[in-house]
Amino acid sequence: MVAVGSKCRVCKGPAIIDLPRHNAHFCAEHFLELCRRQVAKAIEKFQMISADDRVLVAVSGGKDSLALWDILVDMGYQADGLYIGLGIGDYSDVSAEFARAFAAERGLQLVEISLRDQYGYDIPTAAKATRRVPCSACGTSKRHLFDSAALEGGYTVLVTGHNLDDEAAVLFGNTLRWDVEYLARQLPVLPARAGFPKKAKPLVRLTEREMAAWCIVRGIDYQVEECPMALGNKHLAYKAALNAIEAESPGSKAAFYLNFLDNMAPLLAGRSAAATDALGECRSCGAPTTGELCAFCRIVEKSSAHDPVPVELVLSKGRGRR
Amino acid sequence: MKVLLRNPRRELDIDGRRTVNSLLAELDLPRESHLVIRNGTLVPGDAELSVDDVVEVRPVISGGC
Repeated sequence: MVAVGSKCRVCKGPAIIDLPRHNAHFCAEHFLELCRRQVAKAIEKFQMISADDRVLVAVSGGKDSLALWDILVDMGYQADGLYIGLGIGDYSDVSAEFARAFAAERGLQLVEISLRDQYGYDIPTAAKATRRVPCSACGTSKRHLFDSAALEGGYTVLVTGHNLDDEAAVLFGNTLRWDVEYLARQLPVLPARAGFPKKAKPLVRLTEREMAAWCIVRGIDYQVEECPMALGNKHLAYKAALNAIEAESPGSKAAFYLNFLDNMAPLLAGRSAAATDALGECRSCGAPTTGELCAFCRIVEKSSAHDPVPVELVLSKGRGRR
Repeated sequence: MKVLLRNPRRELDIDGRRTVNSLLAELDLPRESHLVIRNGTLVPGDAELSVDDVVEVRPVISGGC
């Protein structure tokens, strides 16, 4: 049947998506154009990427990182992908296949790191061995390996697929605690400094609904299932709360985060310097750290000595707070 | 119509025509965190779904940090 529905704001053709925050509908072509324009605006405003940069895209096999890789290549940037095998059972196996298929179909280079093969552990085992919530061990592992892979590979910018919803949820959590140190660091671009590559988040002006739509329109297959270890985490609760506000008042999420960047972040500039001034070198890997051994090497030390723990075991015992 | 839901993956049979927004409301799913794909094509909230359609309701929220 033919929908008697709404029209694209730009060309008046049949719309495929409604975007309440823009009070508008768009057809496929003009929706993609809107997304490209938002990414270009973020890159330009925050000086995220230059034409001669070598970009490394942290790729999970999910919608955001694959959409980001697609958009950057489409815009003409030289961008390779980095996939980290986290060992979260079937979820990781399927995610890896999506990342590999995306790269292979487009002739792009995908660098792969396996936690189990190269560091002797996986995330379920790390959660058990360190008695840390899984998202914490996972985040620490990924951030360390993103940084080291970018530096060792000679990439000049590391980009991640964090979108407007991700950043608004983190901002919401930091604001609930008035955590000035974290608020001062919550920027869409961080310059390179000793031991760290330049990092950027080009999707901060786009929602995750828009990123999923990008993938559907562009025919990108991605991991739709949620990470089984993330279920019930605070980040998801913050997103649900913000989406409830968004439903009542479209545009609230974008105003909350983007106005923070414009109006609040400048007032906090320099407030996180104390933490970075005191960094030494990890005695094992040489990465910047406040202690003798960096957080990643502490996870490796404990987790690689532990018997492998299947993901099902962690899930059956660990539901709840993440 | 056949309606595929995710997380966890399951399928429902739903009788009668309705709009995308009505379907989401019936299933108690927020519009801001879901997209609806009708016969392989993305459709907006006011699109009509008919009994012969194959529909996927796709959640768009990721929990990664």
